[in-house]
Amino acid sequence: MKALRKFLDKKKPLFEKGGKFAKLQSTFDAFDTFLFVPDHTSKTGTHIKDAIDLKRTMSVVVLALIPSLLFGMYNIGYQHFLSVGETAALMDMFVYGLIKVLPIVVVSYVVGLGIEFAFAQMRGHAVNEGFLVSGMLIPLVMPVEAPLWMVAVSTAFAVVIGKEVFGGTGMNIWNPALIARAFFFFAYPSKMSGDSVWISEKADTFSGATPLADAAALVDATPTQAESLMSGALSQTWDMFIGLIPGSIGETSTLAILIGAVILIATGIGSWRIMLSVFVGGYAMGAIFNLIGANPYMELIPAWQHLIMGGFAFGAVFMATDPVSATQTTRGKYIYGFLIGFLAVLIRVLNAGFPEAMMLAILFMNTFAPLIDHYVVQGNVKRRLKRVKVKA
Amino acid sequence: MSDKEPLFSAKNRKLLTNPLGSDNPITVQVLGICSALAVTAKLEPAIVLSISVMAVLALANVIVSLLRNTIPSRIRIIVQLVVVAALVILVDQILKAFAYDVSKQLSVFVGLIITNCIIMGRLEAFALGNRPWPAFLDGIGNAAGYGLILVIVAFFRELLGSGTLYGFHVIPQAVYDMGYENNGLMILPPMALVVVGIIIWVQRSKDKSLVESN
Repeated sequence: MKALRKFLDKKKPLFEKGGKFAKLQSTFDAFDTFLFVPDHTSKTGTHIKDAIDLKRTMSVVVLALIPSLLFGMYNIGYQHFLSVGETAALMDMFVYGLIKVLPIVVVSYVVGLGIEFAFAQMRGHAVNEGFLVSGMLIPLVMPVEAPLWMVAVSTAFAVVIGKEVFGGTGMNIWNPALIARAFFFFAYPSKMSGDSVWISEKADTFSGATPLADAAALVDATPTQAESLMSGALSQTWDMFIGLIPGSIGETSTLAILIGAVILIATGIGSWRIMLSVFVGGYAMGAIFNLIGANPYMELIPAWQHLIMGGFAFGAVFMATDPVSATQTTRGKYIYGFLIGFLAVLIRVLNAGFPEAMMLAILFMNTFAPLIDHYVVQGNVKRRLKRVKVKA
Repeated sequence: MSDKEPLFSAKNRKLLTNPLGSDNPITVQVLGICSALAVTAKLEPAIVLSISVMAVLALANVIVSLLRNTIPSRIRIIVQLVVVAALVILVDQILKAFAYDVSKQLSVFVGLIITNCIIMGRLEAFALGNRPWPAFLDGIGNAAGYGLILVIVAFFRELLGSGTLYGFHVIPQAVYDMGYENNGLMILPPMALVVVGIIIWVQRSKDKSLVESN
């Protein structure tokens, strides 16, 4: 460690004003502060001092994503060998998945960080570390068969239009990783829907439908069709919870996501209020549909099953809690989270075009987060003003 | 032209060129956005609509400018609307007669030229206070500035969204075979907004005088 610090200190003058690489100052600064907690102190105004900074925060989130990532790699191998009908050792499955996932992760980071660094140099900012998390989230919400160039284009779009135009990390209205997924979803729908994109090198004879796709098919199903659908992937509740189902790379395993959630909540980085209220909202809408029971989808899918299908849990834990695009006030967090869950299940069941509605629900509520905050704060102001009047 | 001002004096030339750049109706005044979003998925309708708007705007500017001393100011909006509506119906009929397919594609947007903010804006702001010739140039200039942005947006949306330009395939089949796919989002209206936004971004980072201080 000491040697590294010494090396950095020795090189530092090169990057300062007048140095050889003065133009790359923010790049150097980014690496330096990534490796060591910076000793910068604020010079004006009052600041709240905390033990961790943005880079440390981001690292914890990436850490919390690791279980999902590792399980996703394993699951890709598992699904592949299952579809071609071979049996394989655990390590083989994992290595197969690793080979499939790693390029997507690399592309996401290289493209995203490349753009971040370029913008930081052009604007003379310090490099923001926000992309550390987005760069990990983007591969986890992609289908395994996503062509790499499409991942690159989506990432570039998300970083430039989703983030940099608003002023970079901390200024974005929407979650950049979800912007990448939404762009992918609308731009290349054939690569983001259907049965064949979720399992890599799937054998044609294997159905490979996700539980969500099966559930969406329930809407117009006759009773006999519904019965066969319900006894298929949808009956494997345990597999859905563990994550042994086809789906985006990191979203399948509710268990791995919950491990991440524990890390986020224990370190105080993710808001448990949002996570909880998303699940409550989803359950509430599911229960309402159970009561209505207008078509087999509403009738046969129990409310709790919505919470472990598709990207619901992943969105609730990692996407909705993004501190930049979520609401900031305590009461706002409950409203925001509840509506995300509520809308996600609503869209899932009522709009067959969007079987995976979590992304849309979160982006939609991201848009309204400032409005919710505004009214929560105004409501508080009003309440306190009333108190003053009563006394006077 | 009683004061013998040359037809293309510096002032008049400015009327033509300013709307193309620093006074562009779409990117600077942010008018006429709705049609910019609606008809720019392909180049052909974008070009036809631009020409239609140019015809309507230039003629309306001239007519209103000729009438400007006789229009009572209280009913001037109604008079302007009558002029514009008559011209729009003319353009619509001509399109239906000679370019039926495009007219179909444009559908309601030809009729909606009448509500295009650029037209009412130019009539109010320019034609009512200027002679016919400058008003004519102003109409041509603003419609050209509008058309320029429409064509730029349509160029990118058609190229990236459909792989064609003016209906011709320009992206070779070999590229598709390598795994390239058309970007479906480009066909959808939101991307028009994003492309217009990018144009505004590029323009303002080149010309700092356009950046509003806040």
